[in-house]
Amino acid sequence: MFSPLRYGNVIYQLILLKLANLFTGIPGKLTNILIPGKLVHMKLYLPNSAFIGNIDPFLKSIDFSDNNKLEIAANEKWIAVHPVVLSMVAALGLPVKPENIKCEKLTAKSAHYLQRMGLFNFLGTKSGLKTEEHEPAGRFVPLTKINNSDELSNFIKDIIPLLHLQPFQVDPIRYVVSELVRNVIEHSASPTGAIVSAQYYKKSNRIAIGIVDTGVGIKKTINQSYAAATHLEAIRLALIPGITGTTKREGGTEYNAGAGLFFIKSIAKVNHDFFMIYSGNAMYKLLKTGPNKLRVDPYDDKHSKSENLPCWGGTVVGVDISLDETKEFSTLLDLIREIYSKAVKERRKAKYRKPKFI
Amino acid sequence: MKTIKLFERVGSFAENKDIARELRIKEIIPTLKKNESIILDFKNIDAATQSFVHALISDLIRKYGNEILDKIEFKSCNENVQKIVMIVTDYMQEGQ
Repeated sequence: MFSPLRYGNVIYQLILLKLANLFTGIPGKLTNILIPGKLVHMKLYLPNSAFIGNIDPFLKSIDFSDNNKLEIAANEKWIAVHPVVLSMVAALGLPVKPENIKCEKLTAKSAHYLQRMGLFNFLGTKSGLKTEEHEPAGRFVPLTKINNSDELSNFIKDIIPLLHLQPFQVDPIRYVVSELVRNVIEHSASPTGAIVSAQYYKKSNRIAIGIVDTGVGIKKTINQSYAAATHLEAIRLALIPGITGTTKREGGTEYNAGAGLFFIKSIAKVNHDFFMIYSGNAMYKLLKTGPNKLRVDPYDDKHSKSENLPCWGGTVVGVDISLDETKEFSTLLDLIREIYSKAVKERRKAKYRKPKFI
Repeated sequence: MKTIKLFERVGSFAENKDIARELRIKEIIPTLKKNESIILDFKNIDAATQSFVHALISDLIRKYGNEILDKIEFKSCNENVQKIVMIVTDYMQEGQ
């Protein structure tokens, strides 16, 4: 027996790239305009390589200027992209009628990867690729749309065999998926649900996961309780343990504590893995380098950040989890407990009244 | 003394917050209101998320104070589940 210790749709879519460019640099004002109810579609180019470490050029190149179609082009010779890129393409293409989606003829040898991940089925379009080619089984989770709690529970059961995970590898993976998708279901009001995909990479022995929504975005959620002036500041707050948009009260509400994103960043941090979160015009990226000590403020971690990206209406999260370096989940929980307590105590102390000595 | 066998409700991975909330509202709170103790039995639960445990017990600590933990026992928790429970009970009590 264990007793713990006691102590005293609207679719908020995307600003046109031209508008985003025009307004960039006016934080908290025009940069934050979203267009309720307006579908804004895009052109995108799948490069030969876009993983979390080098995803920035892909994000900067997305063109939201055509609001009637989705046009997909790709590198002619090779396409190798993180699942988060595929989840983004799927999320943006989902509201577009299949006849308005144009996919350039794919010539890259690796283009079958897109088919294997279910991109064209998802979008209801044809790839032009020969379907009779052998499709290796691999270890991956094809693009999946999750709309509610029950679908999530079923999905989590399915991904373990799909990724061929060993028992000791299971905990961080299902933890990440559960917390991120529940965030989408509970907070995002995403008309496309959560679009999830994952891939195991044998060479680096890691699992890459992408979870994307086209909902209200982090800033709008955080602004319910905190005055974050920019998307980047909202992302920063969302990554601090105990900060939730649902209340300013310490400990959160009866349903939300504001700890989910911090846990996920921590899983990536202690294993020296990449983690990215992109919402509105901003992206925070946890870098692989630096000490694995957990920090309360994400800006104290080794990171990069951007504030001038095309404005994504919703939230994009990508994370890598190295399987051979997976730090014991138990050890991680000790570290989280320690830093979480520190965060709460610091916030309480910050509210102390100072005595007046006259 | 009422016992809730969580595995029967949520399976081996306790992550469904909706079920956690329902258990709290429909079974845990009524039991505590009768001044009875409760056993949350985690037997066969491999893992639990912080969100699940938060939805299950955080509001009890907030509403009834830290003393409510005297009336709740966490049975058959593995090491990680214990640690998740500790994280939640820590931040709820420290934030009071």
